[in-house]
Amino acid sequence: MDINAFVLFWAAIFTSNILLTNFLGMCSYLSVSREVESSFGLGVAVMFVLTVTAGLNWLVYHYVLVPFGIVYLQYIVFIIVIAAFVQLIELIIERYVPALYYTLGIFLPLITVNCAIFGVSLFMIIRDYNFLQSIAFGAGSGIGWLLAILMLAGIRARLKEKLIPVGLRGAGISLIITGIMALAFIGFSGIVQIQ
Amino acid sequence: MILVILKDIATLCSISGVLAIILVIAHRFLNDYGIVKININGKKDINVKGGNSLLSSLADNKIFIPSACGGRGTCGACKCGITKGGGPLLPTERPLLTKEELITNTRLACQVKVKSDIYINIPENIFNIRKFNSKIVEIIDYTYDIKGVTFKLDAGEKIDFKAGQYIQLITQPYAKMRQSVSRAYSISSKPEEDDRIQLIIRYVPEGICTTWVHQQLKVGDEVSFTGPYGDFFLRDTDADILFVAGGSGKAPIKSILDHLQVVGTQRRMTYFFGARSKKDLYLTEEMKAFESVFEYFRYEPVLSQPKAEDNWDGKTGYVMPFLKETIRDPQNTEAYLCGSPGMIDAVSKALIAAGIAKDKIYFDSFG
Repeated sequence: MDINAFVLFWAAIFTSNILLTNFLGMCSYLSVSREVESSFGLGVAVMFVLTVTAGLNWLVYHYVLVPFGIVYLQYIVFIIVIAAFVQLIELIIERYVPALYYTLGIFLPLITVNCAIFGVSLFMIIRDYNFLQSIAFGAGSGIGWLLAILMLAGIRARLKEKLIPVGLRGAGISLIITGIMALAFIGFSGIVQIQ
Repeated sequence: MILVILKDIATLCSISGVLAIILVIAHRFLNDYGIVKININGKKDINVKGGNSLLSSLADNKIFIPSACGGRGTCGACKCGITKGGGPLLPTERPLLTKEELITNTRLACQVKVKSDIYINIPENIFNIRKFNSKIVEIIDYTYDIKGVTFKLDAGEKIDFKAGQYIQLITQPYAKMRQSVSRAYSISSKPEEDDRIQLIIRYVPEGICTTWVHQQLKVGDEVSFTGPYGDFFLRDTDADILFVAGGSGKAPIKSILDHLQVVGTQRRMTYFFGARSKKDLYLTEEMKAFESVFEYFRYEPVLSQPKAEDNWDGKTGYVMPFLKETIRDPQNTEAYLCGSPGMIDAVSKALIAAGIAKDKIYFDSFG
């Protein structure tokens, strides 16, 4: 796809937000959005892992899977790369940046099974992005995911004291809010399309 | 075709292998925190290999902190005080700690990693907790779904526990369950028999441990457990006592009554046992026999759904309505409840409404 990496970066945040347009990474988005502080920690971790794994998987795809003619194994290979990278980065952060580990590191195992990470790696292959575009798309998607979870956490924090029908409390009201947020983001879609 | 498949598998294995080797090397070097010190209650130092959880580091040194969930950070049983070290509070601990515990530096031992010297406070009775090996010497079918299982400790071993406490049975892998798990069960035998314990275990469909006990274990099998745990035991006062139990909740109360028979008591005691129908009642004669042992004791089984063929002429319905008429002096009455969380919640509310102070209601919830 012939699109400027910078444009792709902004589009991934706003017009094609991975969570609000593709609804990927919903499990951790719903479960860790009770407090703004922990949402921020998870969001930063997702952003970091998304950016790096997009680059790593691009390299693995073009320099290992394509030359060996095994692109059909991309699903399993991408998952292995993501899982290994998350474990490695967890070990490094825990050892050398303890302060960061206590805010971000404990969320890393959650990210291994976050389908937004896997989704971004697949999108960049389907849409035939180059390396720079993949990094931009990964970083933009990560920031977009962070933005979405922070918005939900902020709204849920304000809703804590409000009277909500019993049947709608928790996941119910969170999904309704997410739907409204997604509608709001449609307003950005006229700017640029990357689907 | 086969060669192509083999080539693909080899490539996939190579990628996985390279990543696995990187991880193993990284783990070897990055997770090596050397030998670190755990100071316990300012009295005792133990040296452990750094990098593991506090719970497992203590268990490696035969100090067993209770943990019903096996270290997954969901039960909150492994709380201990940390005065120095241990790093900041983790978001995985916060939901299981009360406001008071947050202020007093209480932490979950399963979540705290020991990477540098750490100073902890744990109750002295924790040191009493050990791992025991035993052999099953008796299995009794009390009802269609409740068994009494007696475990005799290895020769020369003795267990020092208070009537009402519990142990954690360690399952062995069986059938589809390849993992070993620990599950908590109250001791139903008396502390005076310190070379054995008896457990009363109710079958829970799909339950890992209860299925193992009910369908796999037989007399002569060797079984391990850790214990004793818990703060559910009879307080040494002269207050009247209300015991309320349901199902296998009879276990700790049987232990307390057996113990009282040995030491003697003049306290006024009433024991309500809730069950659905007559087929859920067990050890009734034994409990009734205590009425002639103690001067002031009454055993009252209450059936919530007696069947026509039961010919039941005892109390029916739930236990709650009978409590108020039994309580003579609410200010001087203690309650000991054991059973399902729902039963404990409902009975506690009824007791508080009847004037019994909240801190005089002791319970062992089978949640």
